[in-house]
Amino acid sequence: MSRMYRRSNEALTLGQRTGRVALYLALCGLGALVIAPLLWLVSNSLKPESQVFAYPTQWIPRPVRFSTYAEVMDSFPFWRSTWNTMLVVTGAMVGHLFTCSLTAYAFARIRFPLRDALFVMVLATMMIPYHVYLIPRYLLFVEWNWLSSLKPLIVPHLLGQAPFYIFLMRQFFRMIPKEYDDAARIDGCGWLGIYWRIVLPLSYPVLGAVAILTFIAQWNDFLAPLLYLSMSLTASDPEKQTLAVAINSWLHLYVDAIPALWNQIMAVSVLMTLPPTLVFFFAQRRFIQGVVMTGIKG
Amino acid sequence: MSKHDPLPAIREPEDSTLLTLYLQWRATWRSKLLRGEMLFGYAALIPYMAGFLIFVAGPLAYSLWLSFNQYNIFDPPGPVGLVNYALLFEEPLMWKALENTAIYSVVSAPLQVIIGFALALMLNQKVRGLSVWRTIYCVPAVVPVVASAFLFFSLFQDEVGLINRLLKTVNIEGPNWFSSPTWALRAFIIMNLWVSGGGMIVYLAALRRVPTALYDAAKIDGASAWQRLWNVTIPMTSPALLFMFMIGIIGSFHVFTSVHFLTDGGPENATLTYVYWFFRNGWNYLRMGYASAMAWVLFVIIFSLSYLCLKVFGRLIHYEV
Repeated sequence: MSRMYRRSNEALTLGQRTGRVALYLALCGLGALVIAPLLWLVSNSLKPESQVFAYPTQWIPRPVRFSTYAEVMDSFPFWRSTWNTMLVVTGAMVGHLFTCSLTAYAFARIRFPLRDALFVMVLATMMIPYHVYLIPRYLLFVEWNWLSSLKPLIVPHLLGQAPFYIFLMRQFFRMIPKEYDDAARIDGCGWLGIYWRIVLPLSYPVLGAVAILTFIAQWNDFLAPLLYLSMSLTASDPEKQTLAVAINSWLHLYVDAIPALWNQIMAVSVLMTLPPTLVFFFAQRRFIQGVVMTGIKG
Repeated sequence: MSKHDPLPAIREPEDSTLLTLYLQWRATWRSKLLRGEMLFGYAALIPYMAGFLIFVAGPLAYSLWLSFNQYNIFDPPGPVGLVNYALLFEEPLMWKALENTAIYSVVSAPLQVIIGFALALMLNQKVRGLSVWRTIYCVPAVVPVVASAFLFFSLFQDEVGLINRLLKTVNIEGPNWFSSPTWALRAFIIMNLWVSGGGMIVYLAALRRVPTALYDAAKIDGASAWQRLWNVTIPMTSPALLFMFMIGIIGSFHVFTSVHFLTDGGPENATLTYVYWFFRNGWNYLRMGYASAMAWVLFVIIFSLSYLCLKVFGRLIHYEV
């Protein structure tokens, strides 16, 4: 009986203590399993090629060799493709934060006929895997001469084609009391003003979450950029590729030489991993919020 | 409720929706208060709707049409009726791709849920340094697949890879993962398990919302820790579990990037996945009509899988009222 009313600062019983120890041991073991591959990646990127698979495994490179990074940045248009990726990420973010939120605002708080039917239509598009659109969109972009440019990756986002985020923001906007709108209306504020001055400023949590999820998704995206940037009917332009696609093209040039490039491949992987990881570290709270919102609301 | 009902209530027969709609429009238009609101609503939807027509509705229709045609980009499309769909199920590679993808997702999706949930259960035990643990387990989920593909390619190397070296220390001769028809797909599954920690965040949030009163009640009734897990924790978090399971199934049906970088579908098509086969048909063989049919079949598969999940597990799910 006494254990039932145990206070948290009371001493743990022997069984509980072994439980705690086992718990921490399990956490450490699993954590090591998860983190070791990443450490291996970083450590190998700092080794000379000959030592990548040296036996016994060398976790701490000796000497630490940073020049691999310089080499890899020189061997393909690294900065250019990073810049391109940033453009895509920024474009998608602007589209999601403004167009999607405006759409969500209309669905959440404006009253007009057909609203709910249109919203159901938006939801229905979430069910369709995006591979169904890929071929027609590709052909459309061939028609418009948009291949080998970043437009196919940005314009659909600028027009708010992200039903999931619309759904997410609509759910959030609906929780803001409608009385604010009424008060603002009485004070002479228009609908756009309510969106801009009331709804958006009150929605930083969801906007932040959408921004971070967008960043990570766009940074990591591969299939669509591969098709639009390197699968054109004419020769594709290496200056117009995103980072993931540029790495792919670079590898194809050296495909036979892969064993000789291990440290460079590792270095490029580290470079590609760094931005989303940093975003994750510095915006962890928002990211978690985003994942929880996206995860729970289903 | 009444204050913010979408529109002034109009009592009309339910079956004439168009008439109702027209009457709604007329009533809204005549009301000075609602007219501006309606116009703003439609105006706000213009960008999205434009994008929807150009990038979603149009492509959907075109893709459906194309799936009944033969098209190689260079010659104009020619109608072939149902041939694409018929061919789909005659080609052995299509079945191979389906089988590989099914194995991949049926094995990795439940394991991902189990691992993620186990991690969440452990982290829910008032551990010290929660945020550190959370970060460690979540990082793999944000690593780009391009990077993790290279990473695992090196880890799974035959003689020199870290994994086979570890296996050697316990006297197991590791296979040559990505060159072995038996082990290549398993290597992909292991790779996919590495990112299981991402779901843990969702489970943790769900665990936090289980009322402690339920645990207290269960304890008073003499339920063991195991019974509390089965009868309180899992039922109370089941919506999150089912949701993540479905996301996992759908996501693993989309696997493409790692296959593209690591095996090109080989060896002996052992890692040929559905989306990779779709990509090859569309862009390597330029069978655009056939690939469109594949995309629609993918839609049907994913739709029925989701439906099946909801049907099978839906009754077991405890939704809080």
